[in-house]
Amino acid sequence: MTTTIPSPPLRQRKRRGGGLLPSPGWGYLMIAPALIGLVALYVWPFLTTFGKSFMDVPAFGPATFTGFDNYTELLGDGRFWQALRNSALYTAILLLGLPVAIVLAALIEQVGRGRAFYRVLFFLPVVTLPVAVSMVWRFIYNGDFGLLNYVLSLVGVPGQYWVADATFTIYAVGAVGIWMSLGINLIILGAGLQSIPQDLYEASSLDGAGRVRQFFRITLPLLSPSVFLVTVLTVISALQMFDLIFVMLRSVNNTALADSKTIVYLFYEKAFVEFDQGYGAAIAIVLLMVIMAATLVQFRLQRRWVFYD
Amino acid sequence: MTDQFLRSRRPGRAAAGSKASRHGEWVIHVILAVSAVVMVAPFVWQLLTIFKSNREASQMPPTFLPEDPTTGAFATFFGSVPFWAQLTVSVAALVLRVIGQLAVAALAGYAFARLRFPGRKLLFGLFIAMLMVPSQLFLIGQFEIIRDLGMLDTIPALAIPGMFSAFGIFLMRQAFMSIPSGFEEAARLDGAGPLRTFWYIMLPMARPTMAALAVLTSLYSWNDLLWPLIVTPRGDRRPITVGLAGLQGQFGTDYPTLMAGALVASLPLILIFLALQRQFFSGIASSGLKG
Repeated sequence: MTTTIPSPPLRQRKRRGGGLLPSPGWGYLMIAPALIGLVALYVWPFLTTFGKSFMDVPAFGPATFTGFDNYTELLGDGRFWQALRNSALYTAILLLGLPVAIVLAALIEQVGRGRAFYRVLFFLPVVTLPVAVSMVWRFIYNGDFGLLNYVLSLVGVPGQYWVADATFTIYAVGAVGIWMSLGINLIILGAGLQSIPQDLYEASSLDGAGRVRQFFRITLPLLSPSVFLVTVLTVISALQMFDLIFVMLRSVNNTALADSKTIVYLFYEKAFVEFDQGYGAAIAIVLLMVIMAATLVQFRLQRRWVFYD
Repeated sequence: MTDQFLRSRRPGRAAAGSKASRHGEWVIHVILAVSAVVMVAPFVWQLLTIFKSNREASQMPPTFLPEDPTTGAFATFFGSVPFWAQLTVSVAALVLRVIGQLAVAALAGYAFARLRFPGRKLLFGLFIAMLMVPSQLFLIGQFEIIRDLGMLDTIPALAIPGMFSAFGIFLMRQAFMSIPSGFEEAARLDGAGPLRTFWYIMLPMARPTMAALAVLTSLYSWNDLLWPLIVTPRGDRRPITVGLAGLQGQFGTDYPTLMAGALVASLPLILIFLALQRQFFSGIASSGLKG
């Protein structure tokens, strides 16, 4: 079996297609389905979105070119900045969950028996419908009779309306986000941990290094490429969060939703509920730029803390 | 590496150690067990709530075990939701998407890995570029295409865009690239054409990757909310995710019923996961992609 974390095999790249069958006819025939789908359902829609972001697109009737109007409107729209702040906050909360994932991954790795058990257990939220998970958490967060407020009352902490008070919504949703993505992060980090040579630990044990010291001196530096991968993926997916907000906050009388929308929620609402597609398209393009910028910054910063050998 | 990770039988680092590290392992087990309890607590609470009456579920302080266990929540759920219709839609869309995805990705992945044709690198670059664009950027255009084809509220509409994933092509290309070229040469010497070689030699060897891709695609397909929400405006061909999200409007705070629905809708994929853990893990480890 061959699946590894994607990295272009250097040797094959150097050979510049040596050993490949020169077979243009079959080549085009075999990529044809993929290419047709890609162009029709991805490249073209992408161009559509880009084009519409410069247009006023009424629900009925022809679209008109309006230049940067959508973008200037967006930049002056308080709700957009609110959504951007909410998405950024949610992303930051999820990043705070990463140290927990790293420590848990390292601990699971230390266990002899029961490792598979923990992996399956921590992975359960990943394979449970996000909509279902959101409903369960919405119940737990309920301000009047939720489990969380009850547990807090046992230790004397006053209860809150976690998903109905905009002060707390993003934090509450962020905690669920950490809980949901932990399983995936553990798998990726676990694969990274397995690739650390065992003899490094044995050698440092002989030198009298304890577990904690080993963790900071060996595990953490050698795991840093995996941590980097998880960080990049977390930021990309967190900036696109939609369903948790949609299920946990949306209800007729939840006023907190107005102040808790994320970028993608705002996009959905503009483009597919209000059918203001020009404005929606502009939001999507800004989202793309935000994600690209965030990813670029991380790749720049990785030199400072990621060790490649 | 992934496979080694999954098969690894190597003992935990602590197991090989001295008495002191045995003591350490005990601490580790306690930390992990506590975390595990936190992880499953929501599920346990969900299960307990299902068997309570609505009145009992919404009282403060809450009861832990159901006072008077009832399966009324299931009855309410199945009695008022077209669950089986929604399940059929979800399953059909999943099957269609997985089959389409495997066919498209295997063919293109093989061509990109093994065949030489002008524009190969450029086209592959295009695919990879699309991989990096967030999916929301495509939604408006995809919706228009589906609408203009008159396919809104159909099962193919749910499945088709997901069949063409650059990620699947990338994964299959990696798989084919790692198969030694000797197999193909032998087949060619025996007079097999590219299609025969692909079907009888290469495809069977890439089966583990295809399995991983299939389970990951199933996961995305089953869990997807935003796209089904958009292409099922009329509402008679809604998959389970959309149906479940709508349940909340219908039942408000009837939590036992909501919890029962959430359980029933999640169960199929959880069962598949428990049966095919290895494929899930290897899919995640090889992709790192998040649903």
